[in-house]
Amino acid sequence: MNSFAKRKNIIIGILLIIGAIYVMRLFNLQIVDSTYKRSATRNVVREVIEFPSRGLIYDRNGEMLVYNQIVYDLLATPREIGRFDTTTLCSIIDVPKEVFIDELKKAKRMSTYRPSVIIKQIPPDRYALLKEKMFKFPGFYLQTRNVRTYPFGCAAHVLGYIGEVSPAFLEKNPYYRSGDYIGVSGIEKAYEEHLRGRKGVSLFLVDVHGRIKGSYEDGKLDTVAVKGRDLVSSLDRELQQYGEKLMVNKAGSIVAIEPSTGEILSLVSSPSYDPVEMVGRNRTVNFPRLLNDPLLPLFNRAISAQYPPGSTVKMLHGLIALEENIITLGSSYYCANGFHVGNFHQACHHEQSFNLNNAIAQSCNAYFSQEFRDLLQDRKYGGARNGYEVWRNHVLSFGFGNRISYEFDEEAKGFIPEAEYYEKRVFKNAKWRALPIISLAIGQGEMQTTPLQMANYTAILANRGFYYPPHVVRSIDGAELNPELKTKRYTTVNSIQFERIMDGMEEVVNSGTASIARIPGITICGKTGTAQNPHGSDHSTFIAFAPRENPKIAIAVYVENGKWGNLYAAPIASLMIEKYLKDSIQPSRQWLETRMLETNLLYPELPNYIQYPK
Amino acid sequence: MAQRFEIWKRLDWIIILLYVFLVIAGWLNIYSAVYSEEHRSIFDMEQRYGKQMLWIIFAFVLGLLILVTESNFFVAFSFPLYIFLLFLLIVVLFFGNKVNGAKAWLTIGEFALQPSEFAKFGTSLALAKVMSSYDFSFKNRNSKILLIALLVIPVLLIVLQHDTGSALVYVAFLIPFYREGMSGLILFFLFFTALLFILSLLLAPWLFVVLLILSAFAVFILLRKKWNELLTPLIVLVSSVALVSIIFLVFGLAYNFYFVLLISSFISGVILLFFSIYKRIPQATLIVSIFILSLLFSFTVDFAFENILQPHQQDRINNLLGIESDPLGAGYNVNQSKIAIGSGGLFGKGFLKGTQTKFDFVPEQSTDFIFCTVGEEWGFVGSIVIIVAFIYLIIRIINLAERQRSIFSRVFGYCVASIIFFHFVINIGMTIGIAPVIGIPLPFFSYGGSSLWFFTLLLFTFLRLDASRFEQLR
Repeated sequence: MNSFAKRKNIIIGILLIIGAIYVMRLFNLQIVDSTYKRSATRNVVREVIEFPSRGLIYDRNGEMLVYNQIVYDLLATPREIGRFDTTTLCSIIDVPKEVFIDELKKAKRMSTYRPSVIIKQIPPDRYALLKEKMFKFPGFYLQTRNVRTYPFGCAAHVLGYIGEVSPAFLEKNPYYRSGDYIGVSGIEKAYEEHLRGRKGVSLFLVDVHGRIKGSYEDGKLDTVAVKGRDLVSSLDRELQQYGEKLMVNKAGSIVAIEPSTGEILSLVSSPSYDPVEMVGRNRTVNFPRLLNDPLLPLFNRAISAQYPPGSTVKMLHGLIALEENIITLGSSYYCANGFHVGNFHQACHHEQSFNLNNAIAQSCNAYFSQEFRDLLQDRKYGGARNGYEVWRNHVLSFGFGNRISYEFDEEAKGFIPEAEYYEKRVFKNAKWRALPIISLAIGQGEMQTTPLQMANYTAILANRGFYYPPHVVRSIDGAELNPELKTKRYTTVNSIQFERIMDGMEEVVNSGTASIARIPGITICGKTGTAQNPHGSDHSTFIAFAPRENPKIAIAVYVENGKWGNLYAAPIASLMIEKYLKDSIQPSRQWLETRMLETNLLYPELPNYIQYPK
Repeated sequence: MAQRFEIWKRLDWIIILLYVFLVIAGWLNIYSAVYSEEHRSIFDMEQRYGKQMLWIIFAFVLGLLILVTESNFFVAFSFPLYIFLLFLLIVVLFFGNKVNGAKAWLTIGEFALQPSEFAKFGTSLALAKVMSSYDFSFKNRNSKILLIALLVIPVLLIVLQHDTGSALVYVAFLIPFYREGMSGLILFFLFFTALLFILSLLLAPWLFVVLLILSAFAVFILLRKKWNELLTPLIVLVSSVALVSIIFLVFGLAYNFYFVLLISSFISGVILLFFSIYKRIPQATLIVSIFILSLLFSFTVDFAFENILQPHQQDRINNLLGIESDPLGAGYNVNQSKIAIGSGGLFGKGFLKGTQTKFDFVPEQSTDFIFCTVGEEWGFVGSIVIIVAFIYLIIRIINLAERQRSIFSRVFGYCVASIIFFHFVINIGMTIGIAPVIGIPLPFFSYGGSSLWFFTLLLFTFLRLDASRFEQLR
């Protein structure tokens, strides 16, 4: 009929081809490609998080050290804001008007349909005022939040603080979301997983404006928030506060351990800060101030500062020499106002022979230098290098040279040089001799230890040869403590040897270098020390445990720039011991307490923590 | 009475069933797209689905009215209707309401009509009338001028309303033209130009030129099947590239591969053009001419795109071609639409269960993007059913058109099929991201009285003409 009738087929052909393309495209979109399904879920599902309250922290006697206080965030849904008096609102919540208006503008930019936080952490007293007037501010409402509160304001370094998670951390830890809080230091960090509890998540469907339209999957996937676990710290709040008081106006640290358990009774790092400074609206002011303070109040000296141990290390030398049969209790060395070999002179201040216990009591340098020389060069080792290795292995078994805490990851390791270290720097290709490293015998030279390690060493002496890793948390409500903390560790020195040097340590306090630390009625074993400080006055150190039999407390005290052990460290340690064992300072010693409290050693000089010798 | 009775017997009930199916399916999907917990009743007149129900009832009445009209009425009144609708297009320019930037709506009391929809009906009638006249032929210049005038007048008026989408629909009339004898080359040429346009924007300029050279060689070989003839153009091309490169280097110009290629292929094109005319190889002449024109075209497109188009127009084109993806900017609608459809899966989320649909993630969902609801709630299976229904409807109309004795009815039938075809291809194509976002509704499906009534008018007029297929209509 028509010459162009065949063109119908071409037209239908084109239609069918397009139809086929569309079907293939739909097949790809709807069945092959799953990204659109994921985008759809992301579009409509919104998580609403219920934050659990963080676990509380008690001291060993059940006193609360950390609890949560409710503060209020002021939120606003910009679309719903009616007419209100900005000035009134700002004066109630005590926020400058400009800041408030600025935040409100930001919220409007975010979304006019969704609520945004305008002002964070309104304290409870302001909240009471605001609540009465809330009806005047349509579109605004309040949301509760928990913040940490510290009834005693002590133990900031032990408790640590919390802060918003960092973006880098978020990437590796999907549990956290931007804006979540996490323990940043101390117990808050070490026990984060116990303290945080579990967030509750409710899934809601939202429309394109972000308005909630109902629950997702009828709430089948929703979870309830689980409160964080409470912790009992091993700290003795009273002792802790007393220690902090004694250390006011001094830089340094105190670590007191219950030897039979490894529980830390008190851990003081001075200067410190009030933990409440790291909470709430003032944190933004306080944190940079603390961070920039030249005295480093945020730095936990007790676990992170490294000093040469000084004479406090002498018992360790004695014990090793006894164990290795280098000396006996009766062996004696002569002190000729020091120790002199050829051109080498090491000063001391006696002119007599000493046996081990006398040498400890009088802290004779010459005795330990000679003893250490004899140990290193003993023929049975076949060379001083081997002798050094033997000695070093004993030292390591006392918890030196490595981290001993399972809780503080900011803990420093200390430094017990490996033989290679001396090989490279001291002996080069020459034969090993004792003399170039003889200062190790009196705790100077390259050896470095932390106050925590020294307290642990004291606990080992008190225990006659073993320790539990020192820790600040005693128990967790509803969970087991890390079993490592309950595992006894023995040193490589037989416990018999420990008993043999007790007399010397007791003598230190009774009539020796630290008689100032003597407390009538308590047998204290101790040792003074002076940690050399090339940057200023030497540091005063003292370690002690008491009572001699069945010790209850082992303590290490460092007072930076405190010159000699018996000047500040020994008195402070003895006051701590007395406070802990007797609960109060007896009248005859109160002058000492007053003197310690009043001492001010701080001057604007930057304390210098000697890192590994370069 | 007897004749009336005949109509019901000769009516194509398959098309009516398809029509009812699409209209009802559209209504349910509009209900779902607008549905909210507060307004559950599908008969709620305050909501779009309630109104759509009213439009559907009116549409059925309209369809019935058309069926009882004398078929000769449409033939006799085709020009008056065309002119009346043109008049409405002019009226709307002065008294129209602006919706989404287009001054295309005429408000009479409660009702708002879009005359541009109905203008296509008038144009179809007028075209059918002209093309069915005795002296009409595509070889006749006057006929062609008349056809072009019939198309251009409404298109211009619609463009003046800033309703570019509706104006583009007039491209669909090329299909009945083609069926009635317009040269296939015009269709091919249109297709080729569109392809060139897209490729020259999509590909790096130098790659485009290289592809163009390669395809010119390929077509040449296909047509001539003589390999030795390739030598001459190759030599010309290589030597001109070398020459232009030397000139570039001698004059110390910054060496730009694209410019060197463009200039040298243009030079070799001109040389080869003269050469082919001299040697009398018409295929070569044709190929070289197309080659040169394509080069110029692509250069112009690039230039026009960068310098003439507005940034938002560039965005739209870039977006469609997948050059820039900014899911929150210009591509938001299409991206959300793809998410909605893609999340449907094989069987969909179920009626009223589509989350993207319910929570307004896709803009214009009850009108231009109604297919998203189908894709999300009825899945791949539901989408296929709708696509097959449309394709079947269009093929059915074409087949019915072919069985007409009257050229008027046949041309009108092709017009109907083509308009539905064009709307279907563009509308669904844009929701799945393979056609430009031109705001035109899905026939019978999308919300809106004007669109529904227009397509009802179109379809039932054709059905009425088809029922009288044994009469000779003139």
